[in-house]
Amino acid sequence: MIAFIIRRLLASLGVLIAVGLIAFVMFRYVGDPVNQMVGIETPAAEREALRQQLGLNEPVIVQASRFLLNAARFDFGISYQFRQPVSVMIGARLPATLELAIVASILSLLAGVPLGVYSALRRDSALAKLFQALSLVGISLPTFLTGILLIYLFSVTLGWLPSFGRGAVVPIGSWWTTGLLTMSGLKSLIMPAITLALFQMTLIMRLVRAEMLEVLRADYIRFARARGLSERAVHFHHALKNTLVPVMTVVGLQLGSIVAFSIITETVFAWPGMGQLFLQSIQNVDIPIMAAYLLFIAFLFVIINLVVDLLYVIVDPRLRAAVHGASG
Amino acid sequence: MRLSLKAKRLALAALGAAAAIVWPALAPDAGAKTLRFAFQGELKSVDPYQINESFSLSVNESVYEGLVRRGPDMKIQPCLAESWELLDPLHWRFHLRKGVKFHEGQDFTADDVVFSAARVRGAGSDLKGRIPADADVVKVDDYTVDVILKAPNPLLINEWESWGIFSKKWSEEHGAMDATAMNATTPPYAALHANGTGPFILVSHEPGVKTVWKTNPNWWDKPRHNLDEVVFTPIANNATRVAALLSGEIDWMDPVPLNDQARVNANPDTQVLAGPEIRTIFLGMDQFRDELGHSNVKGKNPFKDVRVRKAFYQAIDEDAINQKVMRGQAAPSALMIAPSIYAEAKDFKRIPFDPQASKKLLADAGYPDGFEVQMDCPNDRYVNDEQICQAVVGMLARVGVKVNLNAEPKSKFFAAITAAGGYDSSFYLLGWTPTTLESFNVFQYIIGCRDQKTNWGGNNVGDYCNPKVDALAKSALQEMDEKKRDDIYKQAWQISLFDDVGYIPLHQQALAWGVSRKTHVIQRPDNYYIFAWVTMD
Amino acid sequence: MSKPAVEPSTIESAPRSFIGRLADNDLVASFLSSKITVAAGLITLILLLAAVFAPLIAPTNPFNPATNFLIDSLTPPRFAAGGDPRFLLGTDDQGRDMWSAILYGLRVSLLIGIFSVLFGGAIGITLGLIAGYTGGWIDAIIMRIADVQLTFPAILIALLLDGVAQALLKNSNREGTAFGVLVVSIGLSFWVQYARTVRGSTMVEKNRDYVQAARLVGLSPARILVRHILPNVMGPVLVIATINLALAIITEATLSFLGVGLPPTQPSLGTLIRIGQNFLFSGEWWIVTFPSLTLAILVLAVNLLGDWLRDALNPRLK
Repeated sequence: MIAFIIRRLLASLGVLIAVGLIAFVMFRYVGDPVNQMVGIETPAAEREALRQQLGLNEPVIVQASRFLLNAARFDFGISYQFRQPVSVMIGARLPATLELAIVASILSLLAGVPLGVYSALRRDSALAKLFQALSLVGISLPTFLTGILLIYLFSVTLGWLPSFGRGAVVPIGSWWTTGLLTMSGLKSLIMPAITLALFQMTLIMRLVRAEMLEVLRADYIRFARARGLSERAVHFHHALKNTLVPVMTVVGLQLGSIVAFSIITETVFAWPGMGQLFLQSIQNVDIPIMAAYLLFIAFLFVIINLVVDLLYVIVDPRLRAAVHGASG
Repeated sequence: MRLSLKAKRLALAALGAAAAIVWPALAPDAGAKTLRFAFQGELKSVDPYQINESFSLSVNESVYEGLVRRGPDMKIQPCLAESWELLDPLHWRFHLRKGVKFHEGQDFTADDVVFSAARVRGAGSDLKGRIPADADVVKVDDYTVDVILKAPNPLLINEWESWGIFSKKWSEEHGAMDATAMNATTPPYAALHANGTGPFILVSHEPGVKTVWKTNPNWWDKPRHNLDEVVFTPIANNATRVAALLSGEIDWMDPVPLNDQARVNANPDTQVLAGPEIRTIFLGMDQFRDELGHSNVKGKNPFKDVRVRKAFYQAIDEDAINQKVMRGQAAPSALMIAPSIYAEAKDFKRIPFDPQASKKLLADAGYPDGFEVQMDCPNDRYVNDEQICQAVVGMLARVGVKVNLNAEPKSKFFAAITAAGGYDSSFYLLGWTPTTLESFNVFQYIIGCRDQKTNWGGNNVGDYCNPKVDALAKSALQEMDEKKRDDIYKQAWQISLFDDVGYIPLHQQALAWGVSRKTHVIQRPDNYYIFAWVTMD
Repeated sequence: MSKPAVEPSTIESAPRSFIGRLADNDLVASFLSSKITVAAGLITLILLLAAVFAPLIAPTNPFNPATNFLIDSLTPPRFAAGGDPRFLLGTDDQGRDMWSAILYGLRVSLLIGIFSVLFGGAIGITLGLIAGYTGGWIDAIIMRIADVQLTFPAILIALLLDGVAQALLKNSNREGTAFGVLVVSIGLSFWVQYARTVRGSTMVEKNRDYVQAARLVGLSPARILVRHILPNVMGPVLVIATINLALAIITEATLSFLGVGLPPTQPSLGTLIRIGQNFLFSGEWWIVTFPSLTLAILVLAVNLLGDWLRDALNPRLK
């Protein structure tokens, strides 16, 4: 077991290094950072001096390895644009993004699971088919348009919800801020969270439905039925429980992609999270922020992947045997 | 039950936060006036020397004041200097205001001016051009400073509004001697903290998220505003920014997209403040390569032929662009300088739109069937920039020129077309604001023959070059009389834009601020956001 | 090189392949049994035909800038007040006929969708087959690469790739590169899904008797993979492909919003929506409404077809 974890950790490290390298090499082509750091009247000689100062004239491989070495110490350098340590900037934006991502995930679970269960159990009913079709409508429009339509309806026309930002935030400890504890914070969260959750909701609903249908056909469910257990017990005790394992896996993995996809939502709602920071940094060719953000996303994926793998091993005895066998 | 210290702190914080819900901390004090301001871009730094960009300069001006400032009419006014005199063309003397204090209590003296003159020309500063590198700035006494030049410069103080004065003592105490140099491993102090003499005091700056200022109760001047606090938030997305204004969540924002202006005006609580801007939008053509790039023309460069340039000019229906793309909000322009800052602009008329003449010119130049060329265009820099380019593509198509539009975000656009990208463009759209509010600036950066050593013509992407124009512009700088200077510029404009058709000017775009009707602001054509002039009902 | 004694097609123990099932009537029957599916199929067909024959249907060619006159810009649809009989669905800010623009845009969107699915599918299926069949360290490496790939959602890839492509292809024009960039970045974000699915199925299939038999008679691994295993993993692949087609079209629209979509002179549906959203508050509703509706209907129909395929091809759900 330990050997398995170590092996996975090493592999994960490899993934991180690969992401770092790829990201860094690609950034060299995104644009010229110096252009965004000075005014248009600044002479070429000054620009060149700045480029020298930033180390942009060194070979890419030198820059990349220096970046990775520093990153290993959680030092991601200083943002070209804002002249602030990148770790501090990302740290300040992290709570906004994670709160949004987690609330969106919970929303999508709360809506997706019941809808999925229903449409599996009443597979042929008109209502189930309606749910199936309706769930698709939400993902048939690009996220940015959904967001703007929501703003138009709830902020401009009805005046119920704020159109941008995070509302009032409350600090918790020295490095976390939350918008969940103020009225304006909660109100601000509603539209971005729904926008972000729509896609996940559809995904979860369909996944739950599909898994439920599969499980309901499985032998042990037939046995349970044969043993005379009530339909209710069969559905909720046996079927749903077994459905939820793969669903949780997917939700876990999707958390990473929600964080990544929040780029659009955060931009539309001027939500001060990491996604907005990342998009700004692309526009400004702020390489340290871009690289650190991508590494963070990679890190998140890797961690979630690892946890999921470990959970599988713990849950599924057959896999455990396989791992033990493999590790000697 | 034993709780760890951290857990206790967390619990306390949660309790406090819960209390905050019961007694909302949101309710503002009765009568406290907060101005909520939003802009499409973010405030990069609260150190004004860090970037020579008008948004950052204008916002930071509320904190850091210069020796001079400009009034609502753009006229230069005394500020930290009470008066100044020209002892001779090379020798300026400034008499400083007495009794002025910085926000953190330091007295303002000549030492601060001398220090700031060094800092603005020092490492990391992007405002080095504010004072010639070879000029000496000398303290005469505590409240007198001399500036000694090597060459006469009648425009010396034209841009000094945005050269804010730092406290020498404060900068030394906090290691903010240089403008935020990049190789610093510790973050530069002045990028997050500020200490000026201006009407507003920086309270907090979360880069890219929010910046808050409060009123300076000890300001030396009599405040025109009645604000207590200013909160700035960047809102990049147009629709969101408009929505925030319409729903009353912000009081002032810039810009209102042209499409949304009618809507903002129709709302009983909001309005658009439109006005002419001094930025000119124009088209440039590569006139220096022997073979035109990004084109199907091989072995030659059609733009070297004035007939082709004129054909392009006459193919473009600027009035239609103004009416349809700009919704009548732009001012079509014959020159690359706005009439509001160049009196003799009224003597010039645009070369008329005439597709037939255009076709004939192309045929005469040897391109009866036109040719193919790429056009580079920013899509997030100027008002409806991409739409203007699209319209130009359509108009040129009708005289037989096939234009491939390459519209891209400004980071990539500028990276390609500027010196760093090797001026890689054959045909492009660009905007330019003469920050000195004077024609000379346009000749210096846009029209002058490129010279890398002096940065003369540094933004002349297509390198239109006529030494006669350069000579005229340079001679203007020797002329201390404004009217005579303007006459010299007139000749230079005639040659560069009419005889040579070196550029195709389009229009001055319009400013469009969105404000709530309870907010009263003053709009200047240079698009500066002066908090000190804002009053709220 | 001796010819195998037994022709592959004569190996009888292979289960019914997807292709085989497609020919069966049960698939057709399941299609016809659901009204929603039939409607989705019809709509998809109509939209496909509209895209293919766009040049014949559209009154103007919106990609030709010479045909758009600024003077016609912002004309309301024919049936609305102030409409012009020439413009069925009105015009946009450049005077472009919306009806023509939508037809051509549909075409572009579908092309991007189809090509990126083909691109992602080709990579994913190949790698999945190899990983599943060979196993061992090759499998491990491919799956690690998949992990790295998952870190980069399509949005990130497109943002990065767009810059790289323009730097590398400096002298070609953007209208050409944008299409390629979109196909590659959207396709790249898809391949992992195919690879994982195909790998799983391959691992199961390779131990089946018919594969063992093929191996015994000396068929090359490539041949076994393509002729025997591939047809048997095509079912789930087709389901993924359908869903991905819808996803690709939406992703392209989203990328448009971020400024890395197709140029405004050759708009896709996504580009049209991106342009149109600027007119949302100003009353020119037709510029955003019609492209959005077309996109939504297309994506919905394709997704519904995907649903049907998934259920129909899953034997356990019969």
